[in-house]
Amino acid sequence: MNETGATSQPDQDQATVTDAGPVVVFRNVTIAFDGPPVLEDVSFSIAPGETRVLLGPAGVGKSVLLKLVNGLLRPDQGSILLFGKEISHMPEQQLFPLRTRTGMVFQEGALFDSLSVRDNVAYQLIQEQVPDEEIDRRVRDALRFVELEETFDLFPASLSGGMRRRVAIARALIRTPELLLYDSPTGGLDPITSTTIIELIVKERDVSHTPSLLVTHRLQDALLLCNHRFDPEQGRMVPLPKGVTDPGTTFLMLENGRLIFDGSLHELVKSKNPFVREFLE
Amino acid sequence: MAIQTIEKTAKNIVLTVQDYSLFAWRAFTNLYRPPIYWPEFLVQADIIGFGSISIVVLTGLSTGGVLALQSAATLSAFGAAAVTGRFVSLTMIRELGPILTGVMVSGRNASSMASELGSMVVTEQIDAMRALGVDPMRKLVTPRIAATICMLFFLTIVSDACGIAGGGLVTVFMNHQDGTQYLDMAWQHLRYPDIIQGLVKPLFFGYILSSIGCFSGMRTTGGTQGVGRSTIQAVVWASVLIIFVDFLLTQVLLTLMPPL
Repeated sequence: MNETGATSQPDQDQATVTDAGPVVVFRNVTIAFDGPPVLEDVSFSIAPGETRVLLGPAGVGKSVLLKLVNGLLRPDQGSILLFGKEISHMPEQQLFPLRTRTGMVFQEGALFDSLSVRDNVAYQLIQEQVPDEEIDRRVRDALRFVELEETFDLFPASLSGGMRRRVAIARALIRTPELLLYDSPTGGLDPITSTTIIELIVKERDVSHTPSLLVTHRLQDALLLCNHRFDPEQGRMVPLPKGVTDPGTTFLMLENGRLIFDGSLHELVKSKNPFVREFLE
Repeated sequence: MAIQTIEKTAKNIVLTVQDYSLFAWRAFTNLYRPPIYWPEFLVQADIIGFGSISIVVLTGLSTGGVLALQSAATLSAFGAAAVTGRFVSLTMIRELGPILTGVMVSGRNASSMASELGSMVVTEQIDAMRALGVDPMRKLVTPRIAATICMLFFLTIVSDACGIAGGGLVTVFMNHQDGTQYLDMAWQHLRYPDIIQGLVKPLFFGYILSSIGCFSGMRTTGGTQGVGRSTIQAVVWASVLIIFVDFLLTQVLLTLMPPL
């Protein structure tokens, strides 16, 4: 049952991919900051319903790539399409409406420290002048999703690192985004908290099927994401049968700013690229 | 090697001036385009305006007092101690009120803007705001600039009043002169061009100190050390520019409204 459950959904999504086209497309993207290129000639795409895991050691340009996706950074060369629109030269003012369709979880959470958890999570809704009652209801729903409803009135300073990341996930999810970007969501966390965060990402992937790009240097997180599915009946993440992986979850790998791998987990473990082998081992 | 360093420094200076010009222009045009974040404006007006009253009152009182002390000694040598009031009021209203208020408020608020925004940059809160579809220029920078311009105008009036009061206290209690005569001289010789000159300057100074404070903060790099650097840059450049622009403005205003 698990196997069928794991494969049927991505098959449906694959059909949607063909119809709707990719959510994100990178074509020969290069970017540099006062020196050699941080990213060079990077091309890949994210299809609807697809979860892409960007692997690589620290300092290879993973976070830079993520910030290019929603236009927080601009490429020096190449083109980037977000929801079918070319954004590499788009004026900042035109980018804001596109960004509201995406959700981003930053490395350290990037919560606004002068605002309460409620106001952090509701930030976009407050800007849109949504009525207070609706804001409270939606914030509680989002916090319930990340199992932190009790933090509603607290301030970020009184939360642990893991709780801050979970609040950041709630903030990213509150407007039901069409694309999710996770920047090392488990970086610097203990293994138990990391698993909790990955479980939330798996839950979001399997419940909402939102396309996403997850940046991480932790192979164990990537494997956990690929080898598990969310069971709504049990309300938790459960392992897929041995040898079965989530087909909607695929991998990218960067080495010194160049994309050296783009494919499934199966292809990743079979790769003969020495850098990939070294990273896996 | 030395030439390369000079070239790099020159390029950096030109680039910074270009970036600041664009930043200042965008901040200025945002003042007239919606959305205008009124709650943020009011919060900043409270922080900048009411928060700075104590230092402005103390600075004004002391400066007016010192002016009265110094001028009385010199003026009495010419038998003109009676014009102390005129001297203090004109100096405070035309020059010292605006410039001292500008420098004091820049020390307090340009630094706080640079450190607050700088901290937000290094902790990715600014990027988070952009990612959430909110323009930090409109949400954070424009309300600070509008509030500073508005509040510096009123703070300068407070400073002028306190300066004249300080001068009056020194004249009466230390120089043992007639208080009515002091106030009469201070009031009678004031002309509208003097007042206009004194009230035009804070509009420019407010814009300078807030735009430099915000610009330094938004360009912060290099973690917490970078925040410290931005704060120092903000205060130094805001103070220096205020004094320099004061010179230019005085020249222009004296040309437009020549003294009698």
